Amino acid sequence: MKILVLVKQVPDTTDVKFNENGVMIREGLQSILNMFDQFALEEALRIREMYGGEVSVMTLAPEQAKTAMQKCLALGADKAYHISDRAFGGSDTLATSYALSLAVQKTGPYDIIFAGNQATDGDTGHIGPQVAEWMKIPHTSYVERVEKIENGTITVKSLLEDGYRMIEMKLPALVACIPPPNFEYSNPSMSGIIKAKNKPYIWMKADDIDGDKSKFGLNGSPTRVVKMYPPPKRERGQIFTGDYSESVRKIIEHLKEKKVIE
Amino acid sequence: MNIDEYRGILVVGEVYDGKVRPVTYQLISKAREMASSLNTKLSAVLMGNNISQYANDMIAYGADTAYIMEDKVLESYVSELYASVLARFIESIKPEIVLIPATHTGREYGPRIAAYLQTGMTADCTDLQIRNGKFIQIRPAYGGNIMGEIITPNHRPQIATVRPNVFKVGNYDKQRKGETVKVKPDMSNINIRTMIKDIVKTTVTGTKKVDEARVVVSGGRGIGSKEGFSILQDLADLLGGAVGASRVAVELGWMPKSAQVGQSGLTVAPDLYIAVGISGTIQHIVGMKDSKIIIAINKDPNAPIFNIADFGIVGDYREIIPIFIEELKKELKK
Ligand SMILES: Cc1cc2nc3c(=O)[nH]c(=O)nc-3n(C[C@H](O)[C@H](O)[C@H](O)COP(=O)(O)OP(=O)(O)OC[C@H]3O[C@@H](n4cnc5c(N)ncnc54)[C@H](O)[C@@H]3O)c2cc1C
Ligand SMILES: Nc1ncnc2c1ncn2[C@@H]1O[C@H](COP(=O)(O)O)[C@@H](O)[C@H]1O
Repeated sequence: MKILVLVKQVPDTTDVKFNENGVMIREGLQSILNMFDQFALEEALRIREMYGGEVSVMTLAPEQAKTAMQKCLALGADKAYHISDRAFGGSDTLATSYALSLAVQKTGPYDIIFAGNQATDGDTGHIGPQVAEWMKIPHTSYVERVEKIENGTITVKSLLEDGYRMIEMKLPALVACIPPPNFEYSNPSMSGIIKAKNKPYIWMKADDIDGDKSKFGLNGSPTRVVKMYPPPKRERGQIFTGDYSESVRKIIEHLKEKKVIE
Repeated sequence: MNIDEYRGILVVGEVYDGKVRPVTYQLISKAREMASSLNTKLSAVLMGNNISQYANDMIAYGADTAYIMEDKVLESYVSELYASVLARFIESIKPEIVLIPATHTGREYGPRIAAYLQTGMTADCTDLQIRNGKFIQIRPAYGGNIMGEIITPNHRPQIATVRPNVFKVGNYDKQRKGETVKVKPDMSNINIRTMIKDIVKTTVTGTKKVDEARVVVSGGRGIGSKEGFSILQDLADLLGGAVGASRVAVELGWMPKSAQVGQSGLTVAPDLYIAVGISGTIQHIVGMKDSKIIIAINKDPNAPIFNIADFGIVGDYREIIPIFIEELKKELKK
């Protein structure tokens, strides 16, 4: 079983600071492995445990993403592909997925490709489905668990808003993963960290993946971000600390005025 | 690509459990405004089986053309199938803008369509604007800490997925004139390698869906137990609403995942959101901050949820909610 996990290093947005104008301060944010991707990796490692094989990780990112890649190796991935080139600067999801799909084809073939359902920075959830589309392979998003692999198929549990579906796909296929509510993330062990240093770490440049260079980077990106600003703020309203009945009655009065209760 | 060939707006509707998802009509209503300011036509498409009865509703909400694509095979949704069929259809009618619901399904097949058509796509928009004839797509990023405005200047169509409930349904005009067009879905040479083995619903039948309810009463860690949620259910029932939860409440097994509101759960924007025993971390807030009225009940006066609440009561929910129910009953009897 040859398995690939697409991973991304992201700023830790759970601990964001703002300047006096309410603008998020991006400097000094910790970089972490996208949590959805760590879950995807741990699913991949579980599959390797059950069925044997090899798990590689791949990222398309500047050099500093090596930290997240090393973490993947320390957690148990066998090999890392790090695609890094100025040519990819300014890529949107279409250009990123195109370059990734080329690198996947170049380093593959793989039986299963894992991705996170979304990355917590851009939060688009595009890359998984789009890599699958460029490669013309089936894919499923919102995958909370891989159930089994059997006779060249993979069965996954995919979340709906009000439940889930069990879906079987012919391999090769891509699964975009979302961690279940009580998932416990592993920490790399000391021996894992040491072993990681000797695992293959392969750097790739734009020239190492064959493709249409006009579709790389900013030139290959149909979308443009034209403006960024802090989200509209809600004002703090009336907070009651006194008698409950009185507070409740005041609130109900307001709900009546606003016709929420009629 | 000659971008002038692309005209009009297309809304992709969704049928779910045999019914049209409300977001379909929300998007048609919003797109109606956009089409008027762009002085262009609005069409909407629905895929599935036995769905032609919905064409009139799409027109009544504002579509000039309602496309109906029916086939037995389209009855159950599979991403590679829907993506291919829709992409081919979009190619044939060449709209300048395509809006897709940011549901789990829409976020699954949508990006594939954009890659198929090699055009730009903006995920999970919370606002859309037409400014000087340009289509501006507005969305949160970085866990809701930043808003970004995105354009697709030189590619067509410009595709966006749009969150449910950020736009309200507009006027339903039974008299509105429009055209219904039945389209034969192009499924030639599509090799479907995906099979649905089972569908399981975790919401209790008969209860309201959190993402569709007008009132949501949500509980968090502060509820303290699974049993604690029953009083929230009582309050929700009284208000004709649904019960939601923070991630912690889901992790503790008190509520199903399908009730989770927030960054890794549902985005809701009801008329009234009551947060009970929820501290109000950014990951929860991004999922509910567009609610019209927010009420927070929390025993910690410094809980961040109070900073975005229109009304708050500091105290123990075990005492407050019964009073709320009591007073509401009096009110509703009047
Ligand atoms: C990548 C990522 C994604 C996430 N996605 C989500 C998401 O989608 N949704 C989500 O909700 N969270 C999400 N989280 C988790 C989030 O960071 C918080 O952990 C979570 O929202 C906290 O839930 P809570 O408010 O119920 O619990 P707590 O933060 O523990 O708050 C409990 C509150 O209850 C109050 N309380 C206690 N007892 C009582 C009482 N008797 N009466 C009244 N008040 C009481 C306390 O004062 C406290 O404020 C995510 C986190 C990450 C890292
Ligand atoms: N630059 C990248 N390199 C490798 N994988 C990526 C990259 N960007 C996104 N991904 C993968 O695609 C998933 C979804 O990301 P996104 O579409 O950005 O929300 C992530 O969880 C990763 O698995």
